Amino acid sequence: MKGKGGFMNTVRSHIMVCGGTGCVSSGSDKLIDLFKEKLSSVEYDSEVKVIKTGCFGFCGQGPIVKIHPDNVFYVQVTFDDVDEIVEEHIVKGRVVKRLLYEEPFYKRKVQSTSKMDFYKKQYRVALRNCGLINPEEIEEYIAFDGYEALGKVLLEMSPEDVTGLLKDAGLRGRGGGGFPTGLKWEFTAKSPGDEKYIICNADEGDPGAFMDRSILEGDPHSVLEAMIIGGYATGANNGIIYIRAEYPLAIKRLNIAIDQARELGFLGKDIFGSGFDFDIRVKLGAGAFVCGEETALIHSVEGKRGEPTKKPPFPSESGYLNKPTTVNNVETFANVCPIILKGADWYSSIGTETSKGTKVFALAGSVNNVGLVEVPMGTTLREIIYDIGGGIVDGKKFKAVQTGGPSGGVITTDDLDTPIDYESLKNIGSMMGSGGMIIMDETSCMVNIAKFYLEFSQDESCGKCTPCRIGVKRMYEILERITEGEGTLEDLEKLELLANMIKSSSLCGLGQTAPNPVLSTMNYFYDEYREHVEKGYCRAGECKALMKYSIDAEKCIGCTACARVCPVNCITGKAKEVHVIDQSECIACGACFDACKFDAVIKP
Amino acid sequence: MNTEVVNKMSVKSLEELRKLREESKKKVSLRKDGEGDFIELMVGMATCGIAAGARTTLNALLDEIENKNLENVKVVQVGCLGYCHSEPIVQVNEPGKEPIIYGNVDDKRAREIINKHIINHELIDDAIIIETYKKP
Repeated sequence: MKGKGGFMNTVRSHIMVCGGTGCVSSGSDKLIDLFKEKLSSVEYDSEVKVIKTGCFGFCGQGPIVKIHPDNVFYVQVTFDDVDEIVEEHIVKGRVVKRLLYEEPFYKRKVQSTSKMDFYKKQYRVALRNCGLINPEEIEEYIAFDGYEALGKVLLEMSPEDVTGLLKDAGLRGRGGGGFPTGLKWEFTAKSPGDEKYIICNADEGDPGAFMDRSILEGDPHSVLEAMIIGGYATGANNGIIYIRAEYPLAIKRLNIAIDQARELGFLGKDIFGSGFDFDIRVKLGAGAFVCGEETALIHSVEGKRGEPTKKPPFPSESGYLNKPTTVNNVETFANVCPIILKGADWYSSIGTETSKGTKVFALAGSVNNVGLVEVPMGTTLREIIYDIGGGIVDGKKFKAVQTGGPSGGVITTDDLDTPIDYESLKNIGSMMGSGGMIIMDETSCMVNIAKFYLEFSQDESCGKCTPCRIGVKRMYEILERITEGEGTLEDLEKLELLANMIKSSSLCGLGQTAPNPVLSTMNYFYDEYREHVEKGYCRAGECKALMKYSIDAEKCIGCTACARVCPVNCITGKAKEVHVIDQSECIACGACFDACKFDAVIKP
Repeated sequence: MNTEVVNKMSVKSLEELRKLREESKKKVSLRKDGEGDFIELMVGMATCGIAAGARTTLNALLDEIENKNLENVKVVQVGCLGYCHSEPIVQVNEPGKEPIIYGNVDDKRAREIINKHIINHELIDDAIIIETYKKP
């Protein structure tokens, strides 16, 4: 077959379009179609390929389009930009500067990812293939060392070698618990039993966290391969991926990946001719937060109610169907293959004394570069928020960052330079959690944030144990009262008492950690709680019920209409002079607003 | 030759996996980012370049790179290099060396650049327009 140039056409460029959920929802699927149409209309379709890939992590700037081999990174690409990219960049080799990312501080355009602050400080292990490969083609995963680790494990290593290697590497559970993975595998391996199971916990539920989804969408084989290795190391022949049904794209790609792995014999009987059999099935969950807890998750897989049970017995002794079971998080699995291939020394050289390797964080909230970042353990919050995250939106002042989701707490300016690892975060009253990081500026009310998380926890409480079911609800009600200006100082004492009681008496992690957002915000922002209670004042201006009416001095002509209708006589001012509302007396009835004919009364 | 029918056989050894990897690597070799020891071939593809046949040049370079299985070379098309009198233009950027710019690069000369300059490290003297140009 001869191409137009008189010889075989060689593909010379790849247009990578992000196919993660974030970019898909801003239209990346249609972008792909438009690129293909345009390329064929200029007869470049045989030499330029359009590839749908996984999440680049730069979600706030999506849809993302990256062009290889030029290494040009376009952001916020719309349907109308396709023609220009093809006509200018592909046909004439001219970069479309307009679509390059502009660094928020220096206001300069950056062309390649290697020069972007967002990527410079990142170190991608778990996300190594996201944005690089087409997740729906196993050959692309294989091209980047895929299934090499599995071959090495099955043909050259004993199960003890594998658990030993992971222990030496120092890999710890990325779901938030931080339990050493090698040890967990070893416990299951040593538990007596003819049948064992390995489960992947993809029930990602923390508000704001989406790293597990992105890994499954962008690089599903990395999880499958690690599960097979885990099966071999623990003596399990069956793997189950427990994933919430709200992740349709991840589920679709997982199923494609499983089929392809079966086709090439990485799943099934006699894998790599080693005599080891292993298969994986996908189990959909209904998206209950409590099912992220391993005992609840196992019950849900069994078809029972997703409720936790007491530990011990630990799943490694008696888990799924009362058989020894290992439960690991998606991100944990995504770290396994690089460790096998590059060794324990390499892995343990990254990170801090107690926490090795990297961690993926989902940046959200009031930060310029909303997205997914992977950094070595020991990176400081300041580096993550300012260097990678590009600082606070609109140049506002940083107030706090919430980590660990509903189980974690807030971290303030004082601790911005703390190197992050499992222990350091715990020491400052928060926790690693699954890696959600919500950045807040001065316009965020800390009482309100605590209320937000409690609302989530009381909704998600499974109801099995009383402290969590009733206690968290009572706490939520108190917070609701405070944000509405009806709280008392006694309420603050009650909150603290309840919080500590729930922490110490709940059955599972959900209840044991649910009061953390309250305790942590009370610890760092007690002043704000007091202001709400004593003065009915919310300094961030977020608690709407506490907002008072005010008068715009520019617009007020001094007609006295407002003062005459005010039922509590809190508006003062002489005729033809600017009037003022005494906010401590204002009952926010709105009568002045209705009375003013000059739009001078400002509604809260 | 029908390349569409890929033999989906079970992979039973590391050798088989590595063979599959070598085949698959060709499909993704474009995606190496700029870091490392890449030789970059820039082809001027502005109106003048295209009119003078730069697409043939570009395809010849890519074809020859594939024929010779070169992994450390990437071909990037760029806008006008400013030597419109000698189009098509190919600029060779080797790490640590000063760029060399070749002019009037047709199919034959493109393959020569790969075989002589890239593989044998010999300059093709009569085709060089400029070699003292410093990269900005």
